[in-house]
Amino acid sequence: MRKLAREVAVIGIGQTKFGEHWDLSFRELGIRAGIEAILDAGIDSKRIDALFIGNMSAGLFLDQEHIASMIAEEVGLTANQIPATRVEAADASGALAFRQGLLDIASGLHDVVVVGGAEKMSDVTSDVAAGFIAAGADQAWEALFGATLPGLYAIMARRHMKEYGTTVEQLAAVSVKNHRHGKMNPFAQFQSEITVETVLKAPRVAEPLGLFDCAPVSDGAAALVLCEMELAREICPCPVKIAGTGQGSDALAITNRPSLTELRATKKASERAYERAGYSPKDIDVAEVHDSYTIGEIMAIEDLGFFEKGDGGPATVRNDTTFGGIIPVNTSGGLKARGHPLGATGIAQINEIVLQLRGKADRRQVKDARVGLAHSVGGTGGTAVVNILEVV
Amino acid sequence: MGVARYWRQQDQRYNLRGARCTICGNVFFPSRMMCPVCHRRSLGKMEKYHFIGSGKVASFTIVHDPAPGYRSQVPYILAVIELDEGDMILGQIVDCPPSDVGIGSEVEMVFRKLSEEGRSGTIQYGYKFRLK
Repeated sequence: MRKLAREVAVIGIGQTKFGEHWDLSFRELGIRAGIEAILDAGIDSKRIDALFIGNMSAGLFLDQEHIASMIAEEVGLTANQIPATRVEAADASGALAFRQGLLDIASGLHDVVVVGGAEKMSDVTSDVAAGFIAAGADQAWEALFGATLPGLYAIMARRHMKEYGTTVEQLAAVSVKNHRHGKMNPFAQFQSEITVETVLKAPRVAEPLGLFDCAPVSDGAAALVLCEMELAREICPCPVKIAGTGQGSDALAITNRPSLTELRATKKASERAYERAGYSPKDIDVAEVHDSYTIGEIMAIEDLGFFEKGDGGPATVRNDTTFGGIIPVNTSGGLKARGHPLGATGIAQINEIVLQLRGKADRRQVKDARVGLAHSVGGTGGTAVVNILEVV
Repeated sequence: MGVARYWRQQDQRYNLRGARCTICGNVFFPSRMMCPVCHRRSLGKMEKYHFIGSGKVASFTIVHDPAPGYRSQVPYILAVIELDEGDMILGQIVDCPPSDVGIGSEVEMVFRKLSEEGRSGTIQYGYKFRLK
């Protein structure tokens, strides 16, 4: 594998609390996260060369396209007409925007790039939002036949249960663990603990998944500042290096993939990221993975190589994926408890990893965390992005 | 949504008409203009292929929070079916209680109303499945 031409670091992070922000517009969410990241980086905004924004669907949620220009103007970056680009891959949009920002600097084109992710979902009712979320699946051959996004994940869950003996209690354990983690994250949408019983007794969405197996509808934005490594060492006291990146694509419809119990896009994206970083799954100290549905986290920790196929459920129940376990997963609360404003999620995941690697994650700090991984999935697995970061 | 969007897929949706690559013999549903195995060699050499509509349940769910246009049908059974020809397809299973359906259940295609866009919108028809 060829080396990237230049190394890149994260030098600033910022985000809004995730949740239902009735009082804040898409623009205001974007500005808050962006300004915070720029302040955290401690740089003059004149040094910013380009902007990338991950957003799944402002077009559906807000009737607004062309949002890169809109956000660039709001955060005061249009004075010099710097390039601003929107990136879209359903709910992997943020992670993909991050990757584009990384490649932009690595190529030598730019030195300092702001990457953001934002979604404003609560301006429509939750029924309508669910329909828009399904636009990340195949509209013509899935949604038109009655498929919802949780329905498609439920189909994967039931097959996983059949092939590997995964249980609803194991699925519930993912949600319980992520709520427990979210309670320690002041930016999380949900900050209360739940029990396995809460999850199992919740209204069914698509069996075997219930309401507490599903990430919520959320508003929120997150941003970070990327910088070429040599420059980062000069201007930032604690740069976090991007060690590896990988992306994979697969069929949009789950029926056009050979297996219902693994995401090939995740497997391939992680193989590429591991190879580029020179690390194996065993080297990862902390991970943020895509748990839009509880089965998603179980498949992710298997497909990323943390656990054998079929052991994701038992591993969660064994506490292997919480503090003190083999690999703490979703210390932020994950999509389930931190919230899941689609386009913002991938950036918020990286922010959490950066916090962990800086040693600034407060009550949820993973001891001696040196290498972290973030994993995002678009829809049911048509796109997956994996990024690995490390302490310099 | 425009009617043409649904009209142009009618033959596939009503008759389970997919495609067959005459070079490698693979069959596909939905239809494809190009075989993903044979690539450019298959251009102009794909023919229509009529699936029998018989298969087995690979996995399924019971949907309580419905897709747009499906509110009146909840709860409904949604399944991935492995067709006898080997391709997979997604569709509802109807005419039986959910407790009768399992992974491996044998099903056959039926022609039904799928959904409607409100009271004055278009109605979509297409394939569903029932237990054999």
